Amino acid sequence: MRTRSIAATGLGFQLFRHAVLGLGAFLMLAPFVIMISVSLKPSGEIFAPEFTLLPKQWHAWQNYADAFTKQPLARYILNGFIVTGSIFACQLLTALPCAYALAKLRWRGRETMFMLVLLGLLIPPQVTAIPLYILLWQVGLLNTYAAIILPSTISVFGIFLMRQFFLTVPDDLINAARLDGLGEFAIVWRIMMPTAMPAVIAFGVLSLVWNWNEFFWPLIVVQSEHLATPPLGVVFFANAEAGTNYGPLMAAATAITAPLVIAFLAAQRWFIDGVTMTAVK
Amino acid sequence: MSDLALAAPTRLDHRAHARAGETAEQLAAWVLAGPAFALIWILLLGPTVAVFVLSFTDWTFGMPEIAWAGLENYREMAGDAVFWKTLRNTLTYVAFVVPLSVFLGLGAAILIEAGESLRGFYRAAFFLPVVSTLLAMALVFQFAFHPTVGAINRTLALVGIPTTDWLKNPDTALFALGVIGIWQAIGLSMVLFIAGLKAIPKDLYEAAAVDGADGPFERFRRVTWPMLGPAMLFVVTITAIRAFQVFDTVQVLTDGGPNKATNVLLFQMYQEGFSFLRSAYAAALTVVFLGFVLLVTVIQVRLQERNTHYG
Repeated sequence: MRTRSIAATGLGFQLFRHAVLGLGAFLMLAPFVIMISVSLKPSGEIFAPEFTLLPKQWHAWQNYADAFTKQPLARYILNGFIVTGSIFACQLLTALPCAYALAKLRWRGRETMFMLVLLGLLIPPQVTAIPLYILLWQVGLLNTYAAIILPSTISVFGIFLMRQFFLTVPDDLINAARLDGLGEFAIVWRIMMPTAMPAVIAFGVLSLVWNWNEFFWPLIVVQSEHLATPPLGVVFFANAEAGTNYGPLMAAATAITAPLVIAFLAAQRWFIDGVTMTAVK
Repeated sequence: MSDLALAAPTRLDHRAHARAGETAEQLAAWVLAGPAFALIWILLLGPTVAVFVLSFTDWTFGMPEIAWAGLENYREMAGDAVFWKTLRNTLTYVAFVVPLSVFLGLGAAILIEAGESLRGFYRAAFFLPVVSTLLAMALVFQFAFHPTVGAINRTLALVGIPTTDWLKNPDTALFALGVIGIWQAIGLSMVLFIAGLKAIPKDLYEAAAVDGADGPFERFRRVTWPMLGPAMLFVVTITAIRAFQVFDTVQVLTDGGPNKATNVLLFQMYQEGFSFLRSAYAAALTVVFLGFVLLVTVIQVRLQERNTHYG
């Protein structure tokens, strides 16, 4: 009796589930479809009265060639890798040792340090923009890679996340390493980091997504085209094209969105787990 | 007896050894945490204190002189109609984006977890906007909002709903930006709710079934909804904080317009601080912005404490 009722509501419910989720997925994906579709079309078809998914006359090569030649798009993407890579390297270098000291060592100042980390978590990054801008101006670093990278060299979120993970590592593992003659520094990099690889990857994914997409800070400190990160580069592009030349603009948007989207599709689980970890507070 | 006699000296020895080890541990800890400690102060907490201090001065960027201005910046703010409009816009944006992102994310999470088929596809589709570059996607939305050839107006016209130039109409521009904000926020709340759903013990549903709560609606009302409380609180907090940070779409699509209709706190701060170089006034705006973000956190902590009392 009961199984039958579940099966009966089951079919209707499953249809309902697919109808609602299908519509939702369509709306979520539509902007990506429009972006790619427009990036393949000549401008005549873009402004045509009826919308078609695929172009009648393929213009993909011209649009993408325009995107990469009218503006140094490849350079923007390279800058994206330079900036996100440097930032993540710095964040790991500063966060892992600190997280280890917080999780596994007994020292005076540990509580204070942890309080500072929690306090840091409360502060949105935009709050520090004006003083940091003044600081960089005084040391003459405005409009450099360093200006983009420096404020992000510390991640209190990374420290917090890694500390939580390190707490679960058994002390015996560390004591054994000490008996083997490993110093504390070696323990961080040769024992703790490999053990905490899932957390390191999750942190890396979040850091990459955040810093690749970050627009506010690069907009403030970068004026030169050759230093622009991908989002900033697209704005330069949009301004230069005055917002009418949609074909190449969408080609540029596709090109700078592609690295993260491809990485996401290839390693979905890590992305979703990484974001979910932010909830494990 | 002899065991004890033998053990005593070793224990003492061990303690002396431990004391030397403790000093070494203290030192190692400071060496390991030192760089982070310094950077947190230089790049995070120091500048936050500096913003407060700066907001009580009259400094303009690049000027050789700086003087105390007391509450002058805040007084100017309170008397400025643009500031009040900005504040209203920001709160309207948050009030529009947060409930819709949270409930659509919750609905998606429940429906996705309610069946096996296409689960991975739906999760990926809803999550994709979270990882995509908002700025690039904002330009796509600009095209989609295009008054004549945009997909949105074409679809609405098809159904017979009146259309407008959404981003240029002062009555709709803020909500058009809100739609982009919701589109990007749903995936985040969805994955957080999925994590929350997975944490609900299965036997609770069985217990509810024994009590006669059989239908999907009853199960939701009596088990899922109450058990999702902590996840809900967290999702609302994180979505609200993110909504207060809205900037990218404003900067690239509307420039705060038309007629200041989309001027929000961070955008106002950016303009005052980095276009007009009025650093002190922009610092005061930053303090207001930080105040709202902290208020959200305080409310979260309060509610969390209340919940744990009952839980």
